[in-house]
Amino acid sequence: MSVAVELRHISKRFPGVIANKDVSMSVQTGTVHALVGENGAGKSTVMKILYGMQRPDGGEILVNGTQVHFKNPNDAIEASIGMVHQHFMLADNFTVLENIILGSEPKHGITIDFVAARKKVVEMAAQYGLDIDPDVLVEELGVGQRQRVEILKVLYRGARILIFDEPTAVLVPQEVDDLFNALQGLRAEGMAIIFISHKLDEVLRVADDVTVVRAGSTVAEVKSKDVTARQLAELMVGSELPQPTTHGDTRRPEITLALKDVSIPTKSGSRDLISHISFNLHAGEVVGIAGVEGNGQAELVEAIMGLRDYTGDIEFSGSNINHASVAHRRDLGIGLIPEDRQRQAMMMESPLWENRILGHQRGKPVMRGFVLDKKRIIADTRAIMQEFDVRAPGPQTFASALSGGNQQKFIVGREMSKAPSLLVASHPTRGVDVGAQGAIWEELRRAREKGMAIVLISADLEELIGMSDRLLVMLRGSIAAELDPAKTTPEQLGSAMTGAV
Amino acid sequence: MKNFKLSNLILALAAPLAAAVVSIIISSLAVLASHKSPMDAYTTMWQFGTTSASLMQMLDTATPYYIAAIAIAITFRAGLFNIGVEGQLRLGAMFGAYLGAKFILPPVLHIIAIMIISMTIGGMWAAIAGYLKVKRGVSEVISTIMLNALAGGLSSYLLATYFVDRTTDSNNMSTKMLPHSGQFPDLMPLLNKIGIKNQPGGGVYGMVIVAIALGIIFWFVINRTRFGFELRASGSNPIAARVSGVNSKRMVFVAMATSGAVAGLAGLPAVLGDTHAFNMGFRTGIGFSAIAVALLGRNNPVGMAISALLFGFLEVSSRALELIDIAPETYIIMQGSILLSSVIAYEVVRRYKITLQSKELAKAVGA
Repeated sequence: MSVAVELRHISKRFPGVIANKDVSMSVQTGTVHALVGENGAGKSTVMKILYGMQRPDGGEILVNGTQVHFKNPNDAIEASIGMVHQHFMLADNFTVLENIILGSEPKHGITIDFVAARKKVVEMAAQYGLDIDPDVLVEELGVGQRQRVEILKVLYRGARILIFDEPTAVLVPQEVDDLFNALQGLRAEGMAIIFISHKLDEVLRVADDVTVVRAGSTVAEVKSKDVTARQLAELMVGSELPQPTTHGDTRRPEITLALKDVSIPTKSGSRDLISHISFNLHAGEVVGIAGVEGNGQAELVEAIMGLRDYTGDIEFSGSNINHASVAHRRDLGIGLIPEDRQRQAMMMESPLWENRILGHQRGKPVMRGFVLDKKRIIADTRAIMQEFDVRAPGPQTFASALSGGNQQKFIVGREMSKAPSLLVASHPTRGVDVGAQGAIWEELRRAREKGMAIVLISADLEELIGMSDRLLVMLRGSIAAELDPAKTTPEQLGSAMTGAV
Repeated sequence: MKNFKLSNLILALAAPLAAAVVSIIISSLAVLASHKSPMDAYTTMWQFGTTSASLMQMLDTATPYYIAAIAIAITFRAGLFNIGVEGQLRLGAMFGAYLGAKFILPPVLHIIAIMIISMTIGGMWAAIAGYLKVKRGVSEVISTIMLNALAGGLSSYLLATYFVDRTTDSNNMSTKMLPHSGQFPDLMPLLNKIGIKNQPGGGVYGMVIVAIALGIIFWFVINRTRFGFELRASGSNPIAARVSGVNSKRMVFVAMATSGAVAGLAGLPAVLGDTHAFNMGFRTGIGFSAIAVALLGRNNPVGMAISALLFGFLEVSSRALELIDIAPETYIIMQGSILLSSVIAYEVVRRYKITLQSKELAKAVGA
């Protein structure tokens, strides 16, 4: 075995983001090497440097023993490094084959030599165990298959060193299994695979070696067979881990939210976006909504918030709110942590104190009469920042200058500040680091104990199981199953999400 | 903290200064292209433009620009673009003049009544675009441009057919003269008291006061009220605004109508203060120049005041260019190059500011 890639003391400073201080790692050929760390620890930066998207301020990169200086990704591709991005970069209206050869088409004079391309792609797919029909349109493919196209695309360009950036983030458990089988196939073919993740159980399943980074520095390089997930996690965080759990039954008799037969029909008359959803949510109860993204969870949130027209009835604290506007619902005491914070919950180019107002502009403490109470808002913003550990210079800082995790903490703080009686929390801990995750969970726990009803939507199955009193599984717009989180494992929940049970 | 403020001030000044330098270079090239000396041109303009009479004219020219720019800024802040100010102010001025001459009220009330008429007409005209956008998804940019064309034709037709005052036999078709109570008195008597002398061809529109008041109201409503906040939120992130409870459709409609109502006032300085009637010679292009004024002034009440005055100054002082055989229209090149270079300079400074803030943040969190 030889060393395929070696990084020596890479450093990179950035405005606003934790930079790489001192990252070293050494990846052998024919192995899967995981790079783990919290969000913001510098994993992505290292990989962007290795892939030529950014240039390091210091340190060395060696590929197959020779030092390299990449100016752009083309240089990296030239050096047989390939990247499978977390967000796929595929043209939907092209076939699989066209997507794979896009940008490096084999020429036959001035025409594309599809025959040669097809032959090569089919051979590659067979060789690496990446079965796929080269002639279907990409838009018809599921997420797992699209990822396969991405992998083939990288291989087609001659990559021998493959970087996978959080490849499982978008996959359901069964697709993860398929991906891991494919990774084993690639490993057997002598590829070097760098696997970036913060899901430690997956890392231990698939990787041979693990490099742990924390706050921009390599803190450990270990063999995966020598460590447990907990040890890895503690290396990542540098201390003990928070757990998504709740204590006891805090459910109160009164029903905070009741949905009766709620549907959102489409204009074209095809399948309803959500269909006949009914459930009751008591005060002090957390209902977890599980489901693969795009199965109606977002639409359910929109119906509850009044952002979308629906049929059926929604009752809040005993009264029907079908005709209440978004503003009215918020004022009644429904809080929202939306799934896409930058798009739905922030004005990125406004200071934090103005972001504090958003969603609360109709009453105290923000308003005094019809005039903004700026002094009060700034004091209040400062209080939220302190209580929720939002790391920023002050209320005048623009939202865009904050890291994603800090933006999320700010939004959670803003919504909690009003103590709503119902909180709709869509992916409340998505993209935040372990410390902030623990803080947000703690906040939800405390609110639940005080009688807040919470609708929790998440893609993190452990979070769903740990935090919920009741689990509803959504599949193709309907509630496909109701599960007791105490008796459900992530695998069982994953199966239910794909409709396998 | 003090350093921080100082650097902010420098940043705030950097953009306009850089823009001024670039635009002077471009304008000089334009003058050079016609084989004349830029220095001569500038001295002539400065000498002529800084006479008391010219400064008064500058103020008169700037007043409608400023009011129209506020109208445009309202939509800019809401993430919309009202290009139809030209049509709105034209119809507003015409109806104000026509209907205002039909009744007699006590002096101040009469003027207020005319203003209300003009605002209503301007607001309704703009509301058509708002309605089309909300109900039919028609881009307000397209519909307001089309409404401008309609307003031009409609005003000529109405004036020639119905509103024209047939008791006078002038060649210039005009509505009936406003009664004395409907004329906005000139500010000269007031200015005389503080020692400013009458000038031939001078005089300052009373509407200047209304324009200043509008600027203050604009600042307060946009920055300090819930309506203003929701309007700005809709402009900076319409989705987040909607999620926060803003009725986005209503906001589009209200912002357009409000903008149109303010635009309706922009034609009045000349009507109430000078011609006292709406005639065929009504000045065109105010609504378009005001777009540039709003852009240059960054939708900020003080910034727009400065840029309106600057545009007024260039327009008035460039008349002197004829004396040294340079096309007076050179001022259009000057206005254009100022606008272009300042938009670019502001963007550069804005990006630099964001980087600066990120650096500060990095320091604060100890990265």
